[in-house]
Amino acid sequence: MLRADSLACERGGRPLFARLGFALEPGSLLRVRGANGSGKTSLLRILAGLTRPAAGEVRWRGEAIGGLDDAYRREMLFIGHAAGVKDDMTVAENLDFACRLSGATAAGAEIAGALEALGIARLAPLPARFLSQGQRRRAALARLALPGAAPLWLLDEPFAALDEDGIGRVAALCGAHLAAGGLVVLTSHQEVPLAAPAAQAAELRL
Amino acid sequence: MGAAFGLVVARELRLALRRKGEALNVLVFFVVVASLFPFGVGPEPAMLQAMAAGVVWVAALLAAIVSMPRLFAADLADGTLEQLAASPHPLAVIVGAKVAAHWLLTGLPLALVAPLLGLQYGLPADALGVLVAALLLGTPVLSLLGAAGAALTLGVRGGGALLALLVLPLFVPVLVFGAGAVGAALSGINPGPHLSLLGAVLAVSCLVGPWAACAALRVALD
Repeated sequence: MLRADSLACERGGRPLFARLGFALEPGSLLRVRGANGSGKTSLLRILAGLTRPAAGEVRWRGEAIGGLDDAYRREMLFIGHAAGVKDDMTVAENLDFACRLSGATAAGAEIAGALEALGIARLAPLPARFLSQGQRRRAALARLALPGAAPLWLLDEPFAALDEDGIGRVAALCGAHLAAGGLVVLTSHQEVPLAAPAAQAAELRL
Repeated sequence: MGAAFGLVVARELRLALRRKGEALNVLVFFVVVASLFPFGVGPEPAMLQAMAAGVVWVAALLAAIVSMPRLFAADLADGTLEQLAASPHPLAVIVGAKVAAHWLLTGLPLALVAPLLGLQYGLPADALGVLVAALLLGTPVLSLLGAAGAALTLGVRGGGALLALLVLPLFVPVLVFGAGAVGAALSGINPGPHLSLLGAVLAVSCLVGPWAACAALRVALD
């Protein structure tokens, strides 16, 4: 369903990786590992269509994502290194905006439910500037708990800054998404207690 | 598409409401700059009336430049620009919405305050009307071209000064036709042609501005 063919990436004239390829089927997880600066974030940004690869292409349902454009972004959920949370809006407003921006609409109860799933329901009316790093991360990841999320999740270091409880909650969400036939690509340094069957979880070393 | 446009405009307005100071600063800057000139050139009524339109327009250009650098920089810093670019809406629509919101928050208030400054310079009523009409047509151009400049200088150190150097020359036609319209009204000539030309500049900027800003944003995000 998601296929990368001989991807190559260069940053600042320095090659990061080349001839990278993989194929992911529904219900499978790809965990990208590698040292700092090995190109994990760049790979995710290429998959999200934000960065152009130096060579190769990414295909979604058999078509190059460059040609699919909006149709591909509708089926993809990308959460990058920066949380993408506006300091001057409340946690609930941020989630509501992110949801509407992705083309969905969520009722107040669904927003509250998603925040509850990340354990930050009581922060809903608080402006995001008062959040800690980990809470901010949770606020960004609350999108994962909204009903009708996109089938492909691209998560850059989703567990960074999260405590054990937060890691467990996010891992459970990823597990449920995989069980429902979704795809997850994530970068992470730590071992993650994902409930995916071993056959469905691949690891990519950069 | 229309929904995404409305969504982003509403978000920008809400954010501005939470930070009233920022939009207000631009307006105060505009008034202060335009009010400084009489102190420098003296209280000669005929001279003040003749230079009124030019002064108001130059102050409007400077105010637009002052407000521009933050248009995309704040969104880049907190990662929301990335989210906007990864959303299933054309980037041009999102940029267009940000530009529209910028104009509502800076250009429109400038145009509404301008008659006050015009009175200060002793402009007659019909010239005041032309001044407002010209500002309403011209300030969107400042937002549109300024957005392209802001996107081009995104992430550049000292981008503010570079932005001014890049964009101010592009504002010259707006300045010429905008001030020209008021000048024409003052000397009893029909200001219509000047306003039409301003409208033409606006039409061209509507086509070029968002497109250029999108291309520059893609490079900045790459």
